[in-house]
Amino acid sequence: MSATARPQTLAGGGAIAREGMFLAEQLWPIKGQLVLALIGLAIGGIMGLMQALDRIGIVMYKAMLMQTYYQGLTIHGVLLAFLFTFSFSNAFVSLLAIRGFERPLASTFLVQGAFWTMLVGTLLAAYAILTNQATVLFTFYAPLRASSLFYLGAALLVISTLLTALNLVLTRRAWQQEHPGERTPLLGFVGVVTYVMWALATVGVVVLVVFFLLPWSLGWLKTTDPQFNRILFWYTGHPIVYFWLMPAYISWYLLVPRQVGGRVFSDSLVRLAFILLLVFSVPTGLHHQYVDPGIPTVMKVVHLFTTFSVVFPSLMTAFTVMAALEDGGRARGGRGLLGWIWKLPWGDPSVTAQLLAMLVFILGGATGIVNASYNLNNVVHNTSFVPGHFHMTVGTAVALSFIGISYWLIPYLTGRELMGRRLALAQAWLWFVGVLLFARGQIAAGLLGEPRRSSIGEAPYRDLIHAGLDNWLTAIGGTLMVISGLLYFIVVLWTVFGGRRLTQPLEIPIAEMRFGARETSPLLDRLGFWFLIAVVLVAIAYIPLILLYLPLQSVSPPIKVY
Amino acid sequence: MRIEAYERFFMILAALLLVLGIVGIAIGALVAGVHVPSPAGRVDPRTLTTTPPFDQPGLRDLGGGKYEAVVIARAWQFQPNQIEVPVGSTVTFTLATPDVIHGFVLTGTNANVMVIPGQIAQVTARFDRPGEYLWVCHEYCGFGHHQMFGKVVVR
Ligand code: HEM
Ligand SMILES: [Cu+2]
Repeated sequence: MSATARPQTLAGGGAIAREGMFLAEQLWPIKGQLVLALIGLAIGGIMGLMQALDRIGIVMYKAMLMQTYYQGLTIHGVLLAFLFTFSFSNAFVSLLAIRGFERPLASTFLVQGAFWTMLVGTLLAAYAILTNQATVLFTFYAPLRASSLFYLGAALLVISTLLTALNLVLTRRAWQQEHPGERTPLLGFVGVVTYVMWALATVGVVVLVVFFLLPWSLGWLKTTDPQFNRILFWYTGHPIVYFWLMPAYISWYLLVPRQVGGRVFSDSLVRLAFILLLVFSVPTGLHHQYVDPGIPTVMKVVHLFTTFSVVFPSLMTAFTVMAALEDGGRARGGRGLLGWIWKLPWGDPSVTAQLLAMLVFILGGATGIVNASYNLNNVVHNTSFVPGHFHMTVGTAVALSFIGISYWLIPYLTGRELMGRRLALAQAWLWFVGVLLFARGQIAAGLLGEPRRSSIGEAPYRDLIHAGLDNWLTAIGGTLMVISGLLYFIVVLWTVFGGRRLTQPLEIPIAEMRFGARETSPLLDRLGFWFLIAVVLVAIAYIPLILLYLPLQSVSPPIKVY
Repeated sequence: MRIEAYERFFMILAALLLVLGIVGIAIGALVAGVHVPSPAGRVDPRTLTTTPPFDQPGLRDLGGGKYEAVVIARAWQFQPNQIEVPVGSTVTFTLATPDVIHGFVLTGTNANVMVIPGQIAQVTARFDRPGEYLWVCHEYCGFGHHQMFGKVVVR
């Protein structure tokens, strides 16, 4: 194949959005899911304040109308890890698919169905949690018993993402029929890959809820096997982090470069990274269970290797994204080895939020490798090191990126100018500083043995851990993050209700390629083939595990201890 | 497929980094002997307190500076919640739960294990310095979860 440096647009031709691809009946459920996501972020985020201050002995769950610390923590986990991320991804990826394929989604029924299932699922789970019938944290480990409504609600949240997955696959198929022999446009492709990976990943939690927890909570099953249930939970529980991350990656790979005036390094690397994520994300769950007593050690080692494999595409992301940013900085007149960094548009809140999210992700990724490192996990497992880690990944790399995306997405969808740009900039920096302090505190306290998911403020052993100063850092950093969240919602509400009408409709920022799709091996487009490989790897990682584990140890009736 | 020189260089670097990580882990496991907990048998939580060795929780002297501590983790206390051993002892903790999932992390050591209904959990720690070693439950187990802790007193 011949080399070419001629820029190509992602959509394979037209740089301007084609008329008629956005249908009103598909846009409202997309906007509706965005609203649900922001409600999740707001309410879940407020609980963060109570958790952060609890570290220094300020116990305020009663002031937040919670019966226990753990009821608030359940809200925090469910709303942020499930509702916020799922709804935002559904909305964002669906929108990009329309733009990428330059046609409406294949099914209006499915996109509206995704909205309704998300809404009803949220209401059911919220009802169960608020009436204190589901204070089981977002992991709902058996034999903690929750109301059936909670399991049903959680299931509906997952079903909403699966409806979206189906719609994306059908949309790609429809596009292929309309464009025989052409390469799948990259912008559509990455979204479909994300959701196909996720569809494979949900098998664990679907089996868990449908065949174990739901019938068990209804009394149809007398007992369940908590260790086996954890295996099913973490089958989904690790790939879910890639499901959270990949929409942010899409923005970093394909949109942010445009926002900073750069080009994507190459089509091949982006496709390769996403295919590797599809192949390796799922067969890795046991690295959350290194210290589980009932799991054969040899299988833990197998999952150690698959886990390290899935780090690889993330390292590729670091390279490709950095290269695109440098391209942009140099195009804007940056000189020298690092001079391009200062030339990036740091005055644009959407860009700044996402650049800071990327920076934090370097630390988030590094601490993640610590967690995943088998025997090193002995030191950190279930200590506050872990929330220290994941507030830099899902809590910032993802959340702050979604916030940054919303700084163009909300004006794009409402036709109103972003208001309070300086406030928005302050918001991004405040979050950045806040999460670094927060994570520094949580990580250090964790290394001293402070447990996570514990109301430290009420714990009799609080002074025996000697993490006083670290807990202050957590409290201060967490408070800064909550203030940052407050600024965010001021900006959002101001924009939506008081924003000046844009005179010209906005375009979705889509970057050009230095090396386009013509350079990429067509094999990378064979989604069915890669899906099959992923299934084979899952089988290798899980079938021997289940065979070694059987027979089931079904010994636990439901227990309500909250 | 076209892969740029820079891309290739970076991908090789990334792969090397990961291989190095695995080598580090292998050295930790094979040379330094730091292992993750392995299966130690099963037990029925409904009859836990009548099943040996959990019918008699407490510390056992196995001779030669070795001890076994049989500990029941239940909502919301460890039983026993304090043991005393001389400096230089190696203690194997054998844990199980009659109710929900609990956890066990012993500060200042590498001992960290989940205590899951149906499974016997086992971890070992060596105490070379005198002092008090705190252990806590590190998995949510109901509204009294933060009250669950214990101590090893090393003299
Ligand atoms: C707004 C600022 C935030 C603060 C102050 C905050 C604070 C905290 C704290 C202190 C914990 C640990 C609680 C414990 O282990 O006892 C925690 C847990 C958690 N946070 Fe946040 N957080 C914030 C934002 C976020 C965001 C944006 C996300 C994800 C999008 C997130 C996801 C989680 C999850 C999944 C947990 C684990 C819950 C569990 O262990 O059951 N947090 N948060
Ligand atoms: Cu406990």
